[in-house]
Amino acid sequence: MKLIRQSLMIFVVLTVMVCGVYPMAVMGISKILFPYQAQGEMISYKGNLVGSELIAQEFTSDKYFWGRPSAAGYNASASSGSNYSLTNTDFQKAVKERKDKGLDFDLLTTSGSGLDPHMSPQAAFLQVKRVAMARGLSEEVVTSLVTKNIEQRQLGFLGEERVNVLKLNLALENAVHE
Amino acid sequence: MNGFDVIQILFVFFVLILLSPILGAFFNKSLNGKATLFSSIARPFEKLVYRASGIDENEEMNWKQYLKAVLSFNGVGFLFVFFVLLFQKSFPLNPAGLPNLSWHLAFNTAVSFMTNTNWQSYAGESTMSHFSQMVALAGQNFFSAATGIGVLLVLIRAFKNNQSQKLGNFWVDLNRSVVYILLPLSLVWAILLSSQGVLQNLSGPVTVKTLEGKEQIISQGPVASQMAIKQLGTNGGGFFNTNSAHPYENPTPLSNFLELLALLLIPAALTLTFGYMLNKPKEGWILFSAMMIILVLGLSASLWSEYHANSLTANLIPMEGKEVRFGVTNSILWSTFTTAASNGSVNAMHSSLTPIAGGIALLNILFGEIIFGGVGSGLYGMLLYVVLTVFIAGLMVGRTPEYLGKKIEAFDIKMAIIGILTPSFVILFATTYSLVTPSIMSSLMHKGPHGFSEIFYAFSSAAGNNGSAFAGLNANTPILNSLLGVAMAIGRFGVILPVMALAGNISKKKIMPESVGTFKTDNFLFVFLLIAVILIVGALTFFPALSLGPIIEQIMFIQGKTF
Repeated sequence: MKLIRQSLMIFVVLTVMVCGVYPMAVMGISKILFPYQAQGEMISYKGNLVGSELIAQEFTSDKYFWGRPSAAGYNASASSGSNYSLTNTDFQKAVKERKDKGLDFDLLTTSGSGLDPHMSPQAAFLQVKRVAMARGLSEEVVTSLVTKNIEQRQLGFLGEERVNVLKLNLALENAVHE
Repeated sequence: MNGFDVIQILFVFFVLILLSPILGAFFNKSLNGKATLFSSIARPFEKLVYRASGIDENEEMNWKQYLKAVLSFNGVGFLFVFFVLLFQKSFPLNPAGLPNLSWHLAFNTAVSFMTNTNWQSYAGESTMSHFSQMVALAGQNFFSAATGIGVLLVLIRAFKNNQSQKLGNFWVDLNRSVVYILLPLSLVWAILLSSQGVLQNLSGPVTVKTLEGKEQIISQGPVASQMAIKQLGTNGGGFFNTNSAHPYENPTPLSNFLELLALLLIPAALTLTFGYMLNKPKEGWILFSAMMIILVLGLSASLWSEYHANSLTANLIPMEGKEVRFGVTNSILWSTFTTAASNGSVNAMHSSLTPIAGGIALLNILFGEIIFGGVGSGLYGMLLYVVLTVFIAGLMVGRTPEYLGKKIEAFDIKMAIIGILTPSFVILFATTYSLVTPSIMSSLMHKGPHGFSEIFYAFSSAAGNNGSAFAGLNANTPILNSLLGVAMAIGRFGVILPVMALAGNISKKKIMPESVGTFKTDNFLFVFLLIAVILIVGALTFFPALSLGPIIEQIMFIQGKTF
């Protein structure tokens, strides 16, 4: 009996500490120090919320750079990878279809989350010609936009070089409207 | 691989090896109630917990009393989570209006989080309310890790004691593990992670209109506080379905580095705490080295495999299931760390790894989660292998085996063997049973060897208390939820029970003075023997099963065959 009472009491006390005080403290601190990050890095354009910097969205029009295909259908409330084995026939078929559309590099494969907001610089350069044509811009202008939007390795050595698809497309919109 | 890949690998190992002894020494002092710089802040909280819960911190327990306290506390945790999930709708902080869970999913999840497995048959963002995540699940993240530390401390004290039954007090160990180790580290990690873009709010899903004018609904939640303990406590249960591949759980390469480091930090430091507590720091470094060598071997094989593209990898490097910001190297560092450490979080989908890399992830789990392993549980699991190795070495040279001055006798060997083989038995039995059960086989996504790997991986992950998956498997069915739940419980307590009994028996024994006949365990010959025993036991037990899964798949992969 004493054992069960002690178990219950310490469970309650510690739960208040680690499930109440701790997450609230983190919430308070991050709200003050990192308000943009804590709220999901939402981006507004022309006064409307158009998405999150961190969450991939679907682009199909020739006017935009396309991100990686998504096994989740870009559903940001149901993330998912394809979970395909590389030896899966359906996976190889999907890759072939993407190749036939002229895609290459990381645009051939779906990401782990289905919401990968990035593509590799090569994948962006691959699309310059199409986007420039659809926008009536010169390829040089679009290429320089891509170059400007390449994110370097963090701290100079962590991770990979990458391009944020949404930010690149917003930069493109702004360039057109200037 | 390029220079950046090499630098990133060396960097994470460098920081890990640098921090382990520092934290190891700090853990030793904190867990034994000695003053540190931090204790002036934490001690009042520690005392507050004793007072509020009516606990006498000076009471000592024998192994049976300690075990009862462990089981009773874990039972309370299980029931709490089970009922919160069953009646989720009646609790607050459910802005997305998510429904109650089915009994079998609630059972599976409650066992999963109690046993430090964090196997997830559900998709976090579409199943769990903020309350369920923050109060029910995150609490178990702390408590299951603290339970592991408690059981480990009992085993260490058993070797330290000279003919005594006093093995400490579970409430004290639990409290100190939380207040001095898990909570402060989590706080630091959570704030660092939130600086990188890990969410921390209580909002409902946000609806946006994308640039192309489509509607997108983006889930929100208190993620940073849960990420920190998920990684540090070797739990691994993600807030979102895709775990640390999700950009809100792991947004940048720096957040990835922090989470990667946190995966191994506490288990690695605890191996050194072991040495410090016994006043034999070298013994700690010996275990650290053995674990490190196996880890690096597995990592090398996985990297080799992933950087050998062929016609099936779609690209020069296999990026299916991986995120661009991490690339292959960070994904493989993670897949080996998370399976070695019994964590089970993922930043790339294990099902889409090349067959050897996926096979190494599986093998790491099959070794019994002792390559650093879970918080506490990795080291007590490793000590079972140490006992076995000492025994085998003793047989070879014809001496009575002893470890740290304690004679290792028949009862001790029996307990060690039970602890090592129980999870293995569960894995092989449950996998075999599944293969002949149509209602389970219909949950598989793949045919052929990869389908076999899905089910084999699921039970290895459950019984090994890892929690990662070849996630094509649809595990949210009554039969799989129940079976996996039972496998997790046996995998946890089927090791804790013999470890505690072993500790009780070792503790009673006299410490023998070292003599010329003593078999030394603080040199590299012993490291070699220990590694050999681990590899042989792992290989002999699982080679037939591995050859039906990853090994066949690798052969097909090389030939470019699909199925």
